[in-house]
Amino acid sequence: MILQTIAFYLFAVVAIASAVMVVTARNPVHSVLFLVLTFFNASGLFVLTGAEFLAMILVIVYVGAVAVLFLFIVMMLDINFVELREGFQRYLPIGGLISAILLAEIIFVGGLWALVAEVKGALSEKMPEESKLTNTEMLGQLLYTKYVYLFQLAGLVLFVAMIGAIVLTLRQRTGVRKQRVSEQVYRRRADSVEIKKVQPGEGV
Amino acid sequence: MGFWEGYVLPAAILIGWILVITVPLMIGMALMTWFERKVLAAMMLRKGPNVVGPFGLLQPFADGLKLLMKETVIPSGANRAVFLFAPILTFTLALVAWAVIPLGQSESGIWVLSNINVGVLYIFAISSLGVYGIIMAGWASNSRYAFLGSLRSAAQMVSYEVSIGFVIITVLLAAGSLNLSEIVLAQKGGFWNWHWIPLAPMFIIFFISALAETNRHPFDLPEAEAELVAGYFVEYSAFPFALFFLGEYINMIMMSGITVVLFMGGWLPPLDVAWLNWIPGPIWLALKVAMLLFVFVWVRATLPRYRYDQLMRLGWKVFLPISLAAVVVYAGIMLYAGWLPGWREAR
Amino acid sequence: MSEFLVEYLPIVVFLGIALGLASVMVLASWIVAKQNPYSEKLAAYECGFDAFDDSRGQFDVRFYLVAILFIIFDLEVAFLFPWAITLSETKHFGFWSMVLFLGILTVGFVYEWKKGALEWE
Repeated sequence: MILQTIAFYLFAVVAIASAVMVVTARNPVHSVLFLVLTFFNASGLFVLTGAEFLAMILVIVYVGAVAVLFLFIVMMLDINFVELREGFQRYLPIGGLISAILLAEIIFVGGLWALVAEVKGALSEKMPEESKLTNTEMLGQLLYTKYVYLFQLAGLVLFVAMIGAIVLTLRQRTGVRKQRVSEQVYRRRADSVEIKKVQPGEGV
Repeated sequence: MGFWEGYVLPAAILIGWILVITVPLMIGMALMTWFERKVLAAMMLRKGPNVVGPFGLLQPFADGLKLLMKETVIPSGANRAVFLFAPILTFTLALVAWAVIPLGQSESGIWVLSNINVGVLYIFAISSLGVYGIIMAGWASNSRYAFLGSLRSAAQMVSYEVSIGFVIITVLLAAGSLNLSEIVLAQKGGFWNWHWIPLAPMFIIFFISALAETNRHPFDLPEAEAELVAGYFVEYSAFPFALFFLGEYINMIMMSGITVVLFMGGWLPPLDVAWLNWIPGPIWLALKVAMLLFVFVWVRATLPRYRYDQLMRLGWKVFLPISLAAVVVYAGIMLYAGWLPGWREAR
Repeated sequence: MSEFLVEYLPIVVFLGIALGLASVMVLASWIVAKQNPYSEKLAAYECGFDAFDDSRGQFDVRFYLVAILFIIFDLEVAFLFPWAITLSETKHFGFWSMVLFLGILTVGFVYEWKKGALEWE
């Protein structure tokens, strides 16, 4: 039990500290790397609450894919750090507003949980303790049957993201040579080789 | 339960277990470099390392010692912290992935450091983190070769990871669990029950993707000696370089280990008879891993390097559609033929 | 401590030991070897001349595209994991709902193929 508590505080403290570093680090690449550390600790916290599947998916999707994209983008930009500082000043009001709204939402939800009896009852109705199912299996049994519409909606969102990415980033370059495998395969000897009878002393 | 029995003793046992995994792994990795050089030499009709120790067996240790005595050069334009952290990260990840690989079985249970429910996801997560060491190294060294090498490498690893994911799904369909020990136990009873026969196309795709994932021949473009000098670790020297090297080889052993667990019955003997079962599991596992490692080296000696556009084409236009279709096809066949694992009853 | 958390403890300890081991090795090499840096030695590796500018520049937008497509397919795989191990429970309904899901994404895949987003030249 003590170990669990120590682990919780360790993960929580590191997560918060690295989240602060994400905002304050001078170098944007360092920011992204601290973001990765934050994700990592968040997944540690997930494990502590028993959500193994979510913890691993957090690492696979956010750390392994999303943060890689962030890193790609941040690394390749020619960033002027002084300009970035000025931008920070300029966007402070709007950023502050967004974080205030988020904070209010969290307080609202947390307050509901603590005060309203029905919500409390609904939340405390947890998974059956004695069931042998791992949480991946439970998720699988619900996601594809009970929540099938939401699941298909997720598919549509991914579809839109795919189309959007292509529309935004695809540039056709002209004058480049591509390998056409089918042409290479279908090339026959008769198309490319011609046998000439060369008489001695005459040339072709 | 006192402090002594409650904390110190379990901690000591735990650290002992970790050493039991780590030390043979490091020695195995050292022997792997020797083995690779010997096999390559034999295939090219050379002798290979033969001076240090019997059959040159001590060569890797001599190399390690040499690297230890070298100067750690940090380029002036480099980002020092990230530059030094990248090899440490690569090495650590390669090592930590071994925590969930089941090594064997006895009456008292399964020999594995941590028998977690989501072992497959853990391995998948760790291997998706491998990109970081490479990107960080390429960016931090502030050299064009390193940068280009790391970019290529990142895009390549990312591309093949998708098809690895789909292949793993087909294995899960056949085994019905995310736990690696249960996946092995689902293949019990002789080599014809191993997944490599029913899932043969997936096995081949997985192995080729493993080559790409570990940046090995014929997909070693990131470090293409001829054009990029050494890719993302040009600027590295001394022990940071050694760590990259160690990490790469441990990753190779790891990928072979995963292949063995998913497709070749892990620690199980090829025939389910008494005198083969008597040989302990880790030895079978090591034998199978060694076999796959030989194939790694064999491929290196035989095949020419891919061109980058061909590599991306193979990943996205061949492996991805095939493995995606295979997931649906295998699932459909298993569902309608009633071959899905009824693991609930067995438990 | 609940039963499954015990299984995670070795991973954390292993992580610590591996990190420590790697750092100690780097540090040992740093201490044991003779350090003699000078500016020529520390220059970035180029073919004999000094680097013109910072090497971290812009590059082909295709790498971003690959990264984005990877995220999408990675999420797809993430959805498949729970499905694969519970197919014996969810049976036909689960199977066909996944076929529909994959079908939507296959349309997207065909689109990107036809658009030439997967081409490298």
